[in-house]
Formats: sequence, structure tokens, C-alpha cells
Amino acid sequence: MSVTVFVPRDSSAISLGADTVAREIASQAIRNGCAVRLVRNGSRGLAWLEPMVEVQTPEGRIAYGPVTPADVASLFDAEFLHGAPHRLRLGKPEDHPYLAKQERLTFARVGVIDPLSIDDYRAYGGFVGLEKAIHRGGAEIVKAVTDSGLRGRGGAAFPAGIKWNTVLNTPADLKYIVCNADEGDSGTFSDRMLMEGDPFMLIEGMAIAAHAVGARKGYIYVRSEYPYAEATLREAIRIATAAGFLDHFELGVRRGAGAYICGEETALLESLEGKRGIVRFKPPVPAIVGLFGKPTVVNNVITFAAIPTILAEGAEYYKNYGMGRSRGTLPFQLAGNIKHGGLVEKAFGVTLRELLYDYGGGSRSGRPIRAVQVGGPLGAYLPESQFDTPLDYESFAAIGAMVGHGGIVAFDDTVDMAKMARYAMEFCAIESCGKCTPCRIGSTRGVEVIDKIIAGRDAEGGPQVNDREKNLALLRDLNETMLAGSLCAMGGMTPFPVMSALKHFEKDFTHA
Amino acid sequence: MNESQVVVNQAIADLQREEGALLPILHEVQDRLGYVPKDSVPVIAKALSLSRAEVHGVVTFYHHFRQQPAGRRVVQVCRAEACQAVGADALVEHAKQSLGVDFHGTTEDGAVTLEAVFCLGNCACGPSIMIGDDLHGRVTPERFDALVKAARK
Repeated sequence: MSVTVFVPRDSSAISLGADTVAREIASQAIRNGCAVRLVRNGSRGLAWLEPMVEVQTPEGRIAYGPVTPADVASLFDAEFLHGAPHRLRLGKPEDHPYLAKQERLTFARVGVIDPLSIDDYRAYGGFVGLEKAIHRGGAEIVKAVTDSGLRGRGGAAFPAGIKWNTVLNTPADLKYIVCNADEGDSGTFSDRMLMEGDPFMLIEGMAIAAHAVGARKGYIYVRSEYPYAEATLREAIRIATAAGFLDHFELGVRRGAGAYICGEETALLESLEGKRGIVRFKPPVPAIVGLFGKPTVVNNVITFAAIPTILAEGAEYYKNYGMGRSRGTLPFQLAGNIKHGGLVEKAFGVTLRELLYDYGGGSRSGRPIRAVQVGGPLGAYLPESQFDTPLDYESFAAIGAMVGHGGIVAFDDTVDMAKMARYAMEFCAIESCGKCTPCRIGSTRGVEVIDKIIAGRDAEGGPQVNDREKNLALLRDLNETMLAGSLCAMGGMTPFPVMSALKHFEKDFTHA
Repeated sequence: MNESQVVVNQAIADLQREEGALLPILHEVQDRLGYVPKDSVPVIAKALSLSRAEVHGVVTFYHHFRQQPAGRRVVQVCRAEACQAVGADALVEHAKQSLGVDFHGTTEDGAVTLEAVFCLGNCACGPSIMIGDDLHGRVTPERFDALVKAARK
């Protein structure tokens, strides 16, 4: 009787040595004469405990972590294959406080199953949503998605049902389903974890969308920075096709090429068409004139991955999570200077403070957390006075911030916020597609003017005070121009991190 | 016909029937040759009924595509916010110092090209770097040197 041992294949776990640990377990098993079946699962999302190895025992799965290759011999000596005590023993993963209080709807299987086993997927409720969808008409499915209150998880939070309905009601000989897997925001990795840890769920969500709106073709646009996710998806599509789950829906994977702007849906479509990733004017919206001019559903990975649950359990079930107009759950990602970084899927309404301290355990450095950027490089920096804001689209919008894709990046008190403001402008200058002037030119001017402010701040005796005031006024003016005059969120939201840094951390702009 | 022309023609033959074939073709060429040779641009353009300017425009728009060969190994260091929060700036400085090159530069022995990258999706385990397709997390300056040393072999 062999014992099943799980070692994650998630790239984050691999970045901390999971592959070496897996090899070491295999060779120690031979040395110890133990029969071990090695399963490479996804990550449970407890990043600081990776590589987290789990053993299947009669009492359930027992986790050990973080396991280094050097620990493997001692694990065998301690008889970890029977779940025996060891200094790295964590007990049952589902009882771990980090996981026990989560509401894992979308990430229910991630870290549990073998991501490329269709049998595992089915055993854990996979394809139930698709099977229910097959027997329903498009309008009925779209209604369920609308009723669930699901909004675009990529960051824009547009109601998915409305988008689908537009595509459904636009007559065309050909329609497309496009998955935006160009997860470029710093501090975000939920798309990657889902693609590496439960790719069939994304495929199922897209297949349901195809059935609902009458689309025959689809693409997943994955960023080039995610080679493992891309390989996993290609394999998963091959397996799903062979198993007959994609008979009426041709699904392909396309690789991006390192352009942040291609996360913007119209730039992504341009890129899929083989062009430069230049933002399109809207209207027409992609739901009417999308990929190759055809009606197209463009949704983020997590949006599609929420669909099977909504179809399987019903719209009400999903809608019962959350608050206000933010329904369901969001996989929040704790990143940056945080002790217990990782993935926390919770219903909307949880506060930043709960995530940072109850889950995150405070900063990794042990110093006070001074600023937190939520929602990627275009998201505002929040000071501690705003940590009690509930994570809900409207509550964040009310304080000039955004939930976005749910990435939360913590900084301790050594952060220089003038530098971070400069970086926001610099990033915009590097990644701007160049179509509109406020973004293309404004970002470069933004870097220059912040440089002048920093130079004045850092200079002995410094330039005249009125110069500094003039430059600050200029920066505010420039931000307003970018905010109001940019074609898309790239230039239109870069002012958020800049202005919030200026508003809440002004002393960083006045004294070095 | 030299080796790179064979690769380019093969990529075109394999992929030109795909919708929006240009990016897949450029990826295939770069995956096999390490860069997109200048003389492949007119060949690809002709096959896809595009102008040379259009193909050149796409190659230069995307950070990922390179027009000159890189070193034997490309080392990408993440510069994004989450990694900055845990010392990426210092790691970047160390990388430049220890390799003796700036971003986009290749070491004199042709072994390593240094590139910046904005997010590798490993934001809870920064600072992160990628060597080829291999991701590494919590990279200290010492670990950087060890990883680069191993990659040079």
C-alpha cells in the first residue's frame, strides 16, 4: 500500500525549492523502502510555509512546512508518512487558522487536487456547473450570472451578466470568449495560482460562457512572465479536449509579450490580433465589436472561475456572500512586506486591518506597516487611518481607492513615499501604449517634476520654498489632466497612487 | 539557407494559418533563436501580408521581444512594488554591481543578460528573479550570486 505525498507544483512553491524537495522525497522513499505516490498539487496559498508537503493518512491529510531538501531525511526518520510529530508538522491544513476562516468558493480545489487529473476534478464537484448549463438556454444562464451579482474580477468590476447579455443579443456568425490572464498588477497572483492549481475550473467557466452566448472559439491570453501557468493550461486543454469536454468550443492559449497595457481589454484584443497593444476607443464595446470585429466576452481568470460555482450551486448561493453591491468572494492576495503572505479568499466586507494583521501577521520586517497599496500599480496608497475600510468596491471608491484585482501590498515605515510616487509615474511612462497624450507625455513629466521636488527636499539649504510649492502645484495640475484626459485607466489612474502618497504622506515630499 | 532562416520559415509554415499569427510566430522564432533577427522581419511580413513597418512596430512594442541575441542566460529581476517593499532596489543594485552591467546589458563573457521585469506573480515571496524560465523567491544578494554562478555553468 503506497502512501500519497503532495508536493506543490505552484511556481511560488517551486521558487522556494519544491522541485528539489519532491526529488528528495522520491529518492529517500527508495532508500527507506517505502512505497510513495507523489502528487504535485497546487498551492494552498500559505506562501510563508511553502514548500508545504502533505501526507495522506487514514485520519486525513497532514501538512509539514516549510520543508527544505535538507529536512526530508529527518521527516522520513520521524515517520512523517504516518503523520507523526516533527518540528515542521502543521497538522491538518484545513484546520490551520489561515485557512479555517476562509470562504473558498473559487479556490476550493486549489492545493487539494492534482491540477491535471480530470478524475480528481470530477470527484471534487467539477463539471457539475457545465452539465447543468448544457440543459439550459443562453438567456437562463446569463440571468443566473446576472442574479449572482458577479462583477469583473480583473479590477474594473463591471457586472459580468450585463456583458454576457450584450454578446448574447448581438447577432453574428462568429463570437469569441477571451480570458484575460495578463495578470500584470504587482501584488497579485490569484490568476496564476488558479491556472496552475485548478485549470479545469477556468476551462469549465469559459465553456459555460461559450454555451451561454453562442461562441465557438476562445483564447486564454497568458502573460509571458507565467511560463508554468501557460504549460499547465496547454496540458489541461489537451486533457479536457480528449475527455470530450470541449466538443463545441475550440479553446487556445496565447502568450503575451511583456506589456502591462495588454491587461486592458481592448489592448489585449489588439495583441491577440497580432498587433501592437494599443488601447481602442470605446464605444463600440468589445461585447459588440471585439476580437476580429466579432462580439466577444472578455473576462478575467477569476471571473470565469467563479462561473461553475454559480451554475452548480445557484445564483442565490453566490450572492449570499459579500456586502452592498459587491457580491460573492474575492481571493485577496497579501504581498510585499508581510509576515504571512499568501492567498485569502473571503467574502467582500472583510477589512484591510483584518487581512493585514489577523491573516498577514503584520510586516515581515517586524516594523510598523506604514502604507498599503491596494489594487496594483494604479491603486491608491492607504495610511493606517484607512485600514478599517471594508473591502468592497463602493467603499474603496468612496475614499479615492480601488479594490481592483485584490492585490494588497504592505510597506513598513522605512518606505519613502515620494520615491513610490515617482515610481508610479515611471512605471506609467515605461508601460504607456502611447496612444493618448496625457498618459504618454504626462507620465514622463510626472517623473521630472517629482524629481525636482525630491531634489529640493534632499538639497542642503534647498531651492526657494516657492519653487517647491510651484512644483507641487504643477504635479497636482498634471494629475488632474491625466485623470480627466486619458483614454484608459493606465494614465487615468496613475494619479491615484501619486495623489494618495502626496495627501497622506506629505512629509516625505518635504524632508528627506 | 542558414539555420536561422530555416527556423523562421518553419515557424511561418507552422503558424501562419492561426488567427492573428504574428505574435505566435515571433514567440516561436525567439524561443528557438533567442531573438528576432532583423532579416526575418521582411520574410514574416511577406508571409502575413503585412508591411515591414507593421512587423517592426510589433517587435519593438513588446518588452519581451529582442532584436539582438541575449547572453546564454537571461536574468530578470523584479522591480515592481511588492518586491520593492522587501528590498528589490538593493537587489537590483547588487545585481548590476556583481554582473558589471546595467539593465539590458550582457556580461563580457556573454554568459548573462540582465533585465528588469515588472511582476513575476511571486509577490508574497519577494524579492523575486527569473533565470530563463526558472522562478526564484526570497532572493538575497548572496543567493543571487549563488544562482547566477550555477546558471553560468
